[in-house]
Amino acid sequence: MLYFSKLRIISVIIFTIIFSYFALSNFTKLDDRFFSKNINLGLDLQGGSYLLLEIDNRPVITQRLQAKIIELKRYFKDKEISLKNFSLNGDIITFEAKEQDLEQVSKLLNDKESDINQYYQSYKSHEFDVIENNNLFNLNYSRYGLVLLKNASLDQAIEIVRRRVDEVGTNEPNILKRGNDRILVELPGLDDPNRIKSLLGKTANLTFQFITQNSEESFGTEKLSFEDEDREAIVSKRIILSGDNLVDAKPTMNSQTNETVVSFSLDRVGAKKFGKATSTGVGKQLAIILDGKIISAPTVREPIVGGSGQISGNFTFQSATDLALLLRSGALPAPLNIIEERTVGPDLGQDSIDAGILSLIIGFLLVIIFMIYKYRAFGLIANLALITNLFLLIGILTLFEATLTLPGIAGIILTVGMAVDANVLIFERIKEETKSEKNPIIAFDAGYTKSRTTILDANITTLIAAFILFFMGSGPVKGFSVTLGVGILTTLFSVYFIARLLTSLYVVKNKEKEQLL
Amino acid sequence: MNNISFNKFYRKFNILSLILITTSLIFLIIKGLNYGVDFKGGTLIELRTTDKTNNITMIRDSFNQMNLGDVSVKKFGNETDFIVKFEKQNSNDPEFIKNIQNKLSSSIGDVDFRRVENVGPKVSSELLKSGIIAISLSLAAMLLYIWIRFEWQFSLGAILAIFHDVIITLGIFSIFSLEINLSIVAAVLTIVGYSMNDTVVIFDRVRENLRKYSDIKIFELTNISINETLSRTIITSVTTLLALLSIYLFGGEILKGFSLAMILGVIFGTYSSIYIANPILVALNVSQRTIVKEEKD
Repeated sequence: MLYFSKLRIISVIIFTIIFSYFALSNFTKLDDRFFSKNINLGLDLQGGSYLLLEIDNRPVITQRLQAKIIELKRYFKDKEISLKNFSLNGDIITFEAKEQDLEQVSKLLNDKESDINQYYQSYKSHEFDVIENNNLFNLNYSRYGLVLLKNASLDQAIEIVRRRVDEVGTNEPNILKRGNDRILVELPGLDDPNRIKSLLGKTANLTFQFITQNSEESFGTEKLSFEDEDREAIVSKRIILSGDNLVDAKPTMNSQTNETVVSFSLDRVGAKKFGKATSTGVGKQLAIILDGKIISAPTVREPIVGGSGQISGNFTFQSATDLALLLRSGALPAPLNIIEERTVGPDLGQDSIDAGILSLIIGFLLVIIFMIYKYRAFGLIANLALITNLFLLIGILTLFEATLTLPGIAGIILTVGMAVDANVLIFERIKEETKSEKNPIIAFDAGYTKSRTTILDANITTLIAAFILFFMGSGPVKGFSVTLGVGILTTLFSVYFIARLLTSLYVVKNKEKEQLL
Repeated sequence: MNNISFNKFYRKFNILSLILITTSLIFLIIKGLNYGVDFKGGTLIELRTTDKTNNITMIRDSFNQMNLGDVSVKKFGNETDFIVKFEKQNSNDPEFIKNIQNKLSSSIGDVDFRRVENVGPKVSSELLKSGIIAISLSLAAMLLYIWIRFEWQFSLGAILAIFHDVIITLGIFSIFSLEINLSIVAAVLTIVGYSMNDTVVIFDRVRENLRKYSDIKIFELTNISINETLSRTIITSVTTLLALLSIYLFGGEILKGFSLAMILGVIFGTYSSIYIANPILVALNVSQRTIVKEEKD
């Protein structure tokens, strides 16, 4: 039917005006918070960094397994069961039990109430899988035990990453979990990602350990090298104090040496430990170790009991600031590797926006001229529908604050090219119908009805492609699928409401004319 | 209405398509695709030099001194813009890019890194896998959709037409060593959608005509349907190509490969709707009984 009710006309107009308003609000500066929405620009358009970090859990797993061995020994000793030959082969703990204890050990390890091998009701699985072989027991992390461990370490890491990124003070960083061992960091508008990259690349494990007098490595000591010299030293494995006990750290100037140092303060436990260790160790060298490298090794001159101290070590003001930041934000549970980085400079982003808008305008004009050339008055109608379509598309993207990327702009231009398809299908059908039907109103109506299934079929296929892209794609490509998909919906709206309304008005007014289309 | 005898050339164009597909497949198998860093892993740097006298050779030499593996340098739009790609990517060294920039600045003067992409081997193989899954999934979804909407003969025709378009487009990328990256996957998916769209419009008409004319053989009937929908086919491909051409020419270097793939896809998609999809209906001897039987069920 070419007839439109008043209510329908008014709602179409209101709908169009609202979305056009949102579309235009991108270009104006309004203070109103509700009505002033903007499309988010993707990192490829506003510039910035996309970093995908992967947590390397191997050290954590090894550490946990070592701790587990100690726990197992203690646990069974309390139960007066003696086990022997504990060893760790790769990720498997192996130990031997006596013949008469076998049953009990097995029961303790496999019991759902067991407190040595925790049972997770929700996963229907123990923390460790136990394999018995004669009187040998093999324990390794079960699938869910590993998942839980990784999740815990990821949660911890993401917190530390967030603190470090926040401390650097970039605008609106986006930090997200990806799977169970990855962290996605998006830093919009960041010009130089190098500082953040080097901050995130450090585990920041700080320890204080005494340097021993031995010249050879022996049990309970390890050989470590200095941060910026080729020197090495043998240090005791006993950790006096670790970064966990730090409550604050900041870069300061040492007034005596005129050197930049990092001063720190300790919590109560830390202060006590530090005081005790320094009072017994007067005259010894205390190594300050960060991530396995000695930063400096000052000699203890007097007991340090106040709970604060300084780290020196040839710092520039920048490197002291960074070290203080790392110490304040805490140590990562495991090292992070940057497995994917995409950085776009702000001027390239602006260039892309300019090029995108230029090609949009040119593409739009070409299509508009072609349609007028082909269909005259109906070309004008199709073009009005196309313009509304563009406003609706941008308006919807704005309202939902979708992210616009460079391929997303390409999606808009492509929508412009493909949007006229539905109108063309209708117009061509009407042309055919007018050959057999003299009454233009009936012919137009038939044209709309008969082309409907074709138009739906044709658009659903493109919508399917857009959907799959949305769920499989990432970053910029996702932006393309959003504009393509939303573009199809707005196209259908503009064709069936705007263009159809205009067509019916035109046809009813000019029904006496010889050839309408 | 137009009256062009498209059906006279079914055989000739089918042979041409077979040749194109075979050539594409040979290139795809022997030469393979030129994967970008997204799928191969490695580092891509788009740089702008301040010194206009810098040329590709100088930049390549400076990079070659840094032991980064295979280095490729290409001009990228402006006189002063270059794209540098190399195999090495270093996830353990956060200073990696910074060091390269410092070394480069000392050998060829100040450079601005406008874009850096650094993809590790694990990520690139995952991206490749998900790209292949996305394309297969969309083909499967299209197949399913058209199977529900049409009879199996039509589905086969449409799917073969899509395979034809995708294989030839990728074949051209292989022959000319054009780079395959994430946006090309997006382009291929859109080609799949477009090609399907175009085929469906003609098929809808074929089905309608099958009901209308019981005495016309499918060979003639496809020709009538193609002619009836021809102006729409032409107008839509023209407007889509105008939009794509505008992206290709004015949308900047980054979108060049993407829009080129789409342009090829639209051209082959339009061609295949006529010369692949329809001859298959003829070969499968589709008649009124094909659709009537379906409607009785």
